[in-house]
Amino acid sequence: MDLGALYQEIILEHNRSPRNHGELAHATGHAHGKNPLCGDEVSVWVHTTGDQVDRVTFTGQGCAISRASASMMTQALTGKSREEALALFRQFHDMVTGAAPVDEAALGKLKVFGGVARFPARVKCASLAWHAFKDALHEDATHRDPA
Amino acid sequence: MPPALAPSALLPATLREDFPILATMARGKPLVYLDNAATSQKPRQVIDALSRYYEAENANIHRGVHYLSERATLLYDETREAARRFINAASSREVIFTRGTTEAINLVAQGFGSAVLRPGDRILVSTLEHHSNIVPWQLACARSGAEMVEIPIHDDGSLDMEAFDRLLDARVKLVAVTWVSNALGTITPVAELVRRAHALQVPVLLDGAQAAPHIAVDVQAVGCDFFACSGHKMLGPTGVGLLYGTEQWLDRLPPYQGGGDMIETVTIAKSTWAPLPSKFEAGTPDIAAVVAFRAALDYLTRTGVAAIAAHEHELVALATERLAAIPGVRIIGTASPKAGVVSFTMDCAHPHDIGTILDSEGVAIRTGHHCAQPLMQRFAVPSTARASFYLYNTPDEVDALVRGVEKVRQLFA
Ligand SMILES: Cc1ncc(COP(=O)(O)O)c(C=O)c1O
Repeated sequence: MDLGALYQEIILEHNRSPRNHGELAHATGHAHGKNPLCGDEVSVWVHTTGDQVDRVTFTGQGCAISRASASMMTQALTGKSREEALALFRQFHDMVTGAAPVDEAALGKLKVFGGVARFPARVKCASLAWHAFKDALHEDATHRDPA
Repeated sequence: MPPALAPSALLPATLREDFPILATMARGKPLVYLDNAATSQKPRQVIDALSRYYEAENANIHRGVHYLSERATLLYDETREAARRFINAASSREVIFTRGTTEAINLVAQGFGSAVLRPGDRILVSTLEHHSNIVPWQLACARSGAEMVEIPIHDDGSLDMEAFDRLLDARVKLVAVTWVSNALGTITPVAELVRRAHALQVPVLLDGAQAAPHIAVDVQAVGCDFFACSGHKMLGPTGVGLLYGTEQWLDRLPPYQGGGDMIETVTIAKSTWAPLPSKFEAGTPDIAAVVAFRAALDYLTRTGVAAIAAHEHELVALATERLAAIPGVRIIGTASPKAGVVSFTMDCAHPHDIGTILDSEGVAIRTGHHCAQPLMQRFAVPSTARASFYLYNTPDEVDALVRGVEKVRQLFA
């Protein structure tokens, strides 16, 4: 089995030195994700202004795949509109689950997680932070426009 | 100091031939199965017994006058007698077949919840417990107003017996403790626990899921009131396990489930219960699994549980020594005695990554919290990597494990 498809150098590098790691002081949204299978946890903080995601950070315990995924996610989402961010979530989700063909150009660097689809036991690791992000964005919206 | 590996203590590698699955190629490599604490593999004898049952012996039990029903009933009851002998219970009325350890503990917990526990009562469980020896008691406490209290452990993974003494008082209505920790391998001093608990008339339930496969069990010598184990962890099929309870306690507890086989007479208004063990075996059980479990018990008895324990001891000692020598490896749970398990973490890699990399080498281990989250919290780790051994593992397989862990280090360090 080709481990290289899973543990690409950029993933190992983000695992060693994750970006945007830490709590975000003036976050407008925050959510927590848990993988009951392995006990891993991630917290994601977002700060939005109007329709734009200005900043995303994360903390948590996790494997290399989940840390690198969270780290690269925070970079990829910065500066996106809400709609673009959610579209990217769907693209990423489809890629790691192998659910649908994806737009490689839109995914950019995140393409390195394509190998995860061949490791069913690791899909949850790659998608944990993304689900937390989606919840954080939802919380953010709920705060701002109470229904 | 004796050498780390005394070849005389190892079982012959030829017994691997009894286990067809061990010839599997996993990810293009020979399978190295080190996830025995999760479930063991099955010898040909057990697999044959299962298919023989369905080909030649299948019928429902305890309810037919015909040839096959008599035969299936006999085989079922013979397994109960074999299980009684295996754990040295005084009577086969004290051996209840369940789906496994989980169901056995739930049976006792539910009975305690309705018939024994009152508000303010206490149940002692240890930090070592599997969730299946925690959550059923929480449910029983929620129904009865009793509370759970934790017996702490030392840093090496052994029970804190002084704390146990302090916690043991008139409020305690049951002590529920594991005999062998599935996550660390720690063997707890069960006879001593029972002695101290019984001095205050407190009954003791032992979770024997990891004891029955690996060490000689004598419930009368230990003196426990309840003991639970799972067939699938001791060479048997899934779907069968047992609860041992003293007659005195089983008579006192109410039935677990109602249905066929567990009654004496039924009117629409009221029923009376069948005598033990039927009182606790409502409905059609997994007859095939029970019948094939007999072949597993015979296999273990023939090989000798003491010989199996000695074999595993060698492998655990070897694996511990070699893994501990790898920089950045931390062994979790160093208390002796220990059975079958080496749990570890690595500085450079998360257990989940260790598991994936070992898997790519054909080496199957378990990574995660091992259904023992309070224990993980105690050691301040989210999870560990766990290699667990059984009678068919070899020193070469320890080598494969160690090579895999070295590969993890190369990739991540
Ligand atoms: C110590 C211990 N207790 C209980 C259980 C639960 O056993 P089962 O799932 O067979 O009911 C296990 C199995 O993982 C275990 O290792």
